[in-house]
Amino acid sequence: MASEVLAKPQMRGLLARRLRIHMVGAFLVSLGVAALYKFAVAEPRKRAYADFYKNYSPEKDFEEMKKAGIFRSIK
Amino acid sequence: MLSRAAWILMLRKGGRGRREMHSPEAPARGEGKMPPYANWYAQRSYPMPEEPFCTELSAEQQALKEKEKGSWTQLSHAEKVALYRLQYHQTFAEMNRRSNEWKTVMGCVFFFCGFTALLIWWQRVYVYPPKPITLTDEWKAQQLQRMLDMKVNPVHGLASHWDYEKKEWKK
Repeated sequence: MASEVLAKPQMRGLLARRLRIHMVGAFLVSLGVAALYKFAVAEPRKRAYADFYKNYSPEKDFEEMKKAGIFRSIK
Repeated sequence: MLSRAAWILMLRKGGRGRREMHSPEAPARGEGKMPPYANWYAQRSYPMPEEPFCTELSAEQQALKEKEKGSWTQLSHAEKVALYRLQYHQTFAEMNRRSNEWKTVMGCVFFFCGFTALLIWWQRVYVYPPKPITLTDEWKAQQLQRMLDMKVNPVHGLASHWDYEKKEWKK
């Protein structure tokens, strides 16, 4: 009925090809997401905490809070 | 009165007008089953109906069905199409065609969301009790000052955004 013949489509190995593509893709995506999380979230957070506690003095903090008057047992 | 007559007219036209000329059955009781409950109804998820679409065949259609019992290479293109149309109500392209129903659906959804908003507004004005003391502005300011004095979340949170020397928010 058609005037020209279509090319024969791929008949075999479809699932194998899909699995191969998706295995590789899933591996790369999960590695990428993990790396992104580590360098965009985890490392800055660790650095922020380290910076905060580098020059932190709990006594000074306590004196400031006492002066602000939030404690009920100590004036 | 007028709308009732129009409604009846629409129902009658819709019932009979949707059927093709080759109606598969002439039921004694009124209309018979409408799609999708008719036996010839097919859809993309149920493509092989139980009954052929046309069961009352004219003489030439019966002759065509006899010819179908022989070798199909002897059928012309028009005959094959005619046989398809006898067997099935619509082609896949016809049954899967798009429609504008989504516009109606979305319109009704938005309309009723808006109506609900009016109801909630009325409820807010006429039903809600007065706000508690803890939501007044001076109470909220005192609460915030106490949180800053306690140095709540000093690494990443509230107190980390407050400059304790200059007594203002960090830029």
